[in-house]
Amino acid sequence: MYTEEVMEHFKNPRNMGEMENPDVTARVGNPSCGDMMNIYMKVGEKNGEKYIEDIKFKTFGCASAIATSSVTTELAMGKTLKEAEQIEEEEVAEALGGLPKIKMHCSNLSANGLHEAIYKYKKKEGMEISDDLEKKHEIAQKTLEKTEEMREEHGLDEE
Amino acid sequence: MKRLDVDVIYADNNATTPVDPRVKEAMLPYLEGKFGNPNSLHTKGREAREAVEEAREKVAGLLNCRQEEIIFTGSATESNNHVVKGTVFARKDDGKHIITSKVEHKCVLEACKWLEEQGFEVTYLDVDEEGYVSPEELEEELREDTILVSIMMANNEIGTIQPIKELTQTVHEESNAYFHTDMAQCPGKLEVDVLKLGVDMATVNAHKMYGPKGVGALYKKKDLKIDPLLHGGGQENGERSSTENVPHIVGFGKACELAKENWKEEKKELTEMHGRFIEEVQEKIENVKLNGPREARLPGNTNLSFIGVEGEALVLRLDERGIEVATGSACSSEELKASHVLEAIGRGPELAHSSLRVSFGRFNTMEDVDRVVEVLEEEVEDLRSITALDTKGKIGD
Repeated sequence: MYTEEVMEHFKNPRNMGEMENPDVTARVGNPSCGDMMNIYMKVGEKNGEKYIEDIKFKTFGCASAIATSSVTTELAMGKTLKEAEQIEEEEVAEALGGLPKIKMHCSNLSANGLHEAIYKYKKKEGMEISDDLEKKHEIAQKTLEKTEEMREEHGLDEE
Repeated sequence: MKRLDVDVIYADNNATTPVDPRVKEAMLPYLEGKFGNPNSLHTKGREAREAVEEAREKVAGLLNCRQEEIIFTGSATESNNHVVKGTVFARKDDGKHIITSKVEHKCVLEACKWLEEQGFEVTYLDVDEEGYVSPEELEEELREDTILVSIMMANNEIGTIQPIKELTQTVHEESNAYFHTDMAQCPGKLEVDVLKLGVDMATVNAHKMYGPKGVGALYKKKDLKIDPLLHGGGQENGERSSTENVPHIVGFGKACELAKENWKEEKKELTEMHGRFIEEVQEKIENVKLNGPREARLPGNTNLSFIGVEGEALVLRLDERGIEVATGSACSSEELKASHVLEAIGRGPELAHSSLRVSFGRFNTMEDVDRVVEVLEEEVEDLRSITALDTKGKIGD
């Protein structure tokens, strides 16, 4: 069902956990199955360009959701924001040697998480935001709201 | 009895069971020299016929019915399809209404759905939070044109044991419907006496009771008429054409003999195992929700939701550590749909998402129970440390 790469990232997730003093945190969700991903990022600057100095994640989801989160942080680490913005779900799946067709939605989550973190950072810093990123952010917000609604409906967010 | 495999703890006995070595021994001659077709006249044929009838006697012995009331089939799915479709075809002049419940096995639900498309009417009874069907509600739904009621005896996911005797009585007193029960999970764990239960038809299969896959049986009360699914050479008294699957039928017979001998003792042992497992897990791990009845569940069955942990991830982590169990999480299903049983007892997709079914069987020991708890505690803790939710299910920052 899963490739060796998926199982390896699932068993030993990279860049997992919270970060102290991140420059930005973002959260994305998947309302169809309740998957949630938190992403934490530190941004540095070299040669006048902003780049991802450090990135970490926490994910609630299946093996494939955890593996895609892990490999996405690996793909993004050290990249400029411009480069990282271009990382899409297909690239994430490819980096894992492919995903079961039915699981492709899980890999959406981590690429979305990355885009959302970049969006929030750019917004905070007053940087220019492309139409494409703006659109991705709107979708991410909507799906997160839906996920939270769904969780609330089932009384899962009560103490 | 000790474990069969020393490296792996198999605790998914509600999915399928290992073949008992005694069952395998009984089957072997029929995979080797005794390969005859029971419908042949010669010695090999008669030898095979004798073996099939001997097995039939053993299945009938377990279910406490007559030999001629047992029809061998290819699976519990086939038996259930035979009941549902065979009844409506045979009784189409009596009515077009069927009653079943929302927690039945997919093979009953999907067969009913298909019949709805053919113009039949089906009522799917609700269940309460522990998975029980209400006899009062069943009585209310019975109509003059109800021809079949099918309610499973023990649920394969959450272990609820339905009050079959009471439900059967209600149906027989208040209607002309046949009463069928799917008791695939029960042999070897509960008393499966069709006379005491009063049912008209009952489904069993071999691979949930330490027999081989690919063979099931249908108990059908004498003189009760349903149409066959398979037409052909007229085997099984014309009820199910196909050359009999002799080695598997022989294995099934042996499995029934063993179940009849041992069910009381095994019921006690398995009840102790699931009781200890649930108690230990709830003591050692926080934020766990039990699915299914607290008291008197299917012996050996447990179903718990570990809030904040996704079930498929947990199953695969346990598998890495040599422990084989199951989940009702949508992520693990072909259609990405959460378990319909957990949904029916009011668990949202989230709790279904976090569910784990650990089911013990004949070859498990108390040491297995303790080991599963130990590893489970570690893996739940680890997955919770990387989850984006806190352990109460709250979204953490």
